[in-house]
Amino acid sequence: RARPDPRSSCVFVVRKDQDIYIQTLRKLFNESHGIFIGLQRSEEEFAGKSRKTQLVQVSKNYRSVIRACMEDMHQAAVSARDPALHSQYSTQVSILSAMELIWNLCEILFVEAAVAGPLLLRLLDWVRLHVCDVDNMVREVLSSENPSKHELFWNVVDVFVLQGRMDEARHLLSKEASANPTSVNMCRILDDLMKKMPVPSLGNTQTLTEMELKWQHWHEECQRYLQDGTFASNSHMESICKILLGDENAILEKKELMTTWYHFLVTRLLYSHPTVKPMELRFYAQSSMDLFLGGESSPEPLDTILMAAFEFELHQVIKECSIALSNWWFVAHLTDLLDHCKLLQSHNLYFGSNMREFLLLEYASGLFSHYSLWQLGVDYFDHCPEYGRVYLELHIERIPLNTEQKALKVLRICEQRQMHEQVRSICKIMAMKALRNNRLGSALSWSIRAKDAAFATLISDRFLKDYCEKGCFSDLDLIDNLGPSMLLSDRLTFLGKYREFHRLYGEKRFSEAAKLLLMLMTAHIAPCSFWMTLLTDALPLLEQKEVIFSAEQTYELMRCLEDLTAGKSDKQKFQDDDVETMKVEMLRLALARNLARVIVKEGTLEGS
Amino acid sequence: DGTSCVSVCARCLAKSDGVISIQDNRISIWSVGDLGNVGLNGEYQGEPQLLCDIRHNGDVMDMQFLDQERIVVASSTGNVTIFRHHQNNQTLSANQRWEKAHYHVDRDASCGGAACTGVICSNPEIVTVGEDGRINLFRADQKDAVRTIDNADSSTLHAVTFLRTTEILTVNSIGQLKIWDLRQQRNEPSQIFSLTGDRVPLHCVDRHPNQQHIVATGGQDGMLSIWDIRQGTMPVSLLNAHEAEMWEVHFHPSNPDHLFTCSEDGSLWHWDTSTSVSEKPSFLHQGGRSTTYFSHNTINQSVVSAWLSNDPTKDRMEITNLIPNQTLSVNSLDILGPCLVYGTDAEAIYVNRHLFA
Repeated sequence: RARPDPRSSCVFVVRKDQDIYIQTLRKLFNESHGIFIGLQRSEEEFAGKSRKTQLVQVSKNYRSVIRACMEDMHQAAVSARDPALHSQYSTQVSILSAMELIWNLCEILFVEAAVAGPLLLRLLDWVRLHVCDVDNMVREVLSSENPSKHELFWNVVDVFVLQGRMDEARHLLSKEASANPTSVNMCRILDDLMKKMPVPSLGNTQTLTEMELKWQHWHEECQRYLQDGTFASNSHMESICKILLGDENAILEKKELMTTWYHFLVTRLLYSHPTVKPMELRFYAQSSMDLFLGGESSPEPLDTILMAAFEFELHQVIKECSIALSNWWFVAHLTDLLDHCKLLQSHNLYFGSNMREFLLLEYASGLFSHYSLWQLGVDYFDHCPEYGRVYLELHIERIPLNTEQKALKVLRICEQRQMHEQVRSICKIMAMKALRNNRLGSALSWSIRAKDAAFATLISDRFLKDYCEKGCFSDLDLIDNLGPSMLLSDRLTFLGKYREFHRLYGEKRFSEAAKLLLMLMTAHIAPCSFWMTLLTDALPLLEQKEVIFSAEQTYELMRCLEDLTAGKSDKQKFQDDDVETMKVEMLRLALARNLARVIVKEGTLEGS
Repeated sequence: DGTSCVSVCARCLAKSDGVISIQDNRISIWSVGDLGNVGLNGEYQGEPQLLCDIRHNGDVMDMQFLDQERIVVASSTGNVTIFRHHQNNQTLSANQRWEKAHYHVDRDASCGGAACTGVICSNPEIVTVGEDGRINLFRADQKDAVRTIDNADSSTLHAVTFLRTTEILTVNSIGQLKIWDLRQQRNEPSQIFSLTGDRVPLHCVDRHPNQQHIVATGGQDGMLSIWDIRQGTMPVSLLNAHEAEMWEVHFHPSNPDHLFTCSEDGSLWHWDTSTSVSEKPSFLHQGGRSTTYFSHNTINQSVVSAWLSNDPTKDRMEITNLIPNQTLSVNSLDILGPCLVYGTDAEAIYVNRHLFA
């Protein structure tokens, strides 16, 4: 990836990864996420063979998800009326098909690590599954009334032979035999050769050496028939015999039926070296590609990737795929799987993290730009031990939070991972938003979640400000029901208690109200700025017919008043307007009067 | 995110991608075939088929079937829309919309909308609540709201349900359960209940189908609370349930000894108070956790319902997690008969058609 040259002045056009917005690919991302998590969680409970079976199953699961996605994409392409959309979907289908092709090969060579013998069988399956250009032709011939008279009949027989589908080839040959009496003898011989052809077995029924021996005998038998001129009168059957003998030129003549060099490779191996060992593949692969392309065309990216796989150059495969594909999904998941197979050396890339982690980080970061797939990204980051957490911290703060529910989901993720900074930050954002929309209860709820005392103080100040301006409390349902959350901040406690004072007053429980009011000041629960208001609230209590404040309490009140006024500098006193000074005067008068009354009352002996 | 709401109506499911986006939120109708059609082994017959879908503006926060054909959908933009499902040609169309039914401060500002968080229907009445603390009462086919209670709550209202035909229950983000009498003109709740201890936000509420005094709520801490609204202002039982927000709670409509809850922690629990432990064979406990729990109740009463009973020998509850491999949040669930539907954040919906098998 090129790095921008700081000396050059360029404008870069940056574009979001388009792929993640394609509806059908989302299924791929979601389901592969499930498989990925399952793989990470399946610790190496098993060892050896059963672990390998487990990993192969995971690989097959990934592939079936790719195929399911391909189906959906194909349906979408077929039903798309807009030509641009149709072409986009069709391109996606080919890309997915290529991905599955590569993945399948990697599964055979790396995950399953098929050995000589089964290796060939797997490769044959692989070719049969993926080279389907000839399917239409095959169908056409098979469904015609007289297949052996069809002009493409021998092409289809050739296809079967090239793909090692002996039974099907023999079946067609029998049709030729019944339709054409002159060739009955030749058909019988050819049929017999095909029937007897030794193939590697999957189980342990024969050793490689046994198989090689049988194959050698069979090969010689075919050779004899050819040299005797048995098939001389029928060029089709003669060419088939040559193919059975592994004659490269004969096989190459059928280029159009094979369509790809890797088909050619597998056919070559089938008929010349069926017990090929994995490490020998590279030689055959290279020569096959050269022979097939014949210098006419140069290899495409897909060819380079497959070649790298045949050469067992894992890092090369991953590198080439990264370059060729437009998003990180494929390489991230494949590399992770290979890493679990313990195939990747952990050689560190220049900035320290290993290849698997690098790719997963890139993939997950891409997910975060999507409005809903970001949740998948979280799990991927969780499984990147070096930098996952840091990446998550940075990304999670940037998710747009346009509903409370989304904010709650993000918060839950942060809390589960002890990301306290992010929790505080998100709660603050939500609380600020609520405050701006005048949702004081919501704002408080967010402060409680973050245990943010400072913000709770801010909210309480808002309430108190509203009270001072309007003369009554808003949102009584909140203040009256604060419960233990009142203790989150002093200001909030004051708010709750102050409201309680008003309630007591409203219920005419004056002495309790008085006690509470005094306590608010003497216990320093009330902020100094509010003392004036509290003292003013005390006025009606002082003016009651019945004496409410005791002498002790009155002295306390006076002290509070003096503390308040003494605290002001002369300059401030000068600036106080008349209302302020009048209030102070009235208070002093009321307090004095109350003191007088209460001294008398307390000094009076109760009549018996 | 992912699949945020499911609502079951006889043969069809409505599912929506509750994703926040300007791009691709959809309401989809799926068919799960005959509810009574069981295969040879009791397995479900085939996957749900997508019948039709339609674009939706904003996240789908909640939705409910109004009748067999119409669905009311609450949006994060503050709009409330009625969609009609045309069964003859399998299409969906927007039938009626109340724009910015929920809004903050300045309704006309482009970002003035507030998410509508909950909707409940009782044909033809529709009640919605939102992040603006507002309660709206609509009538299908009437353009203007029948009644709006502004600033009904100073915090976010998360869910609403009918208590009686003229009374509703709401839960909010400061842990309060409120009863509102819609016949009365004053804009105050007729009763307020709150949790003991911390004011943990409540996210969902449901009422017992037969015994209307029994209400269940789910909180942000995953706790399930059972309330008896005839008495006291505090819950009757507090049951430690999920490890994260409980998004939805539902009594089974015809079998109310069964309760279902789903949560952000990815689990879906089935609470069963139908039989005492001795009667129920143990091999029916499938997968997940299975614990028994006693409900706390100091109030003296002779109620039949197992939800409120305090007889230790009788009130054993079976709790089963119905999801074996939990990953992402289960956002919504719904039940009808033997059929359970739920949706997850992995953009998948699941149908279980043999709940009591």
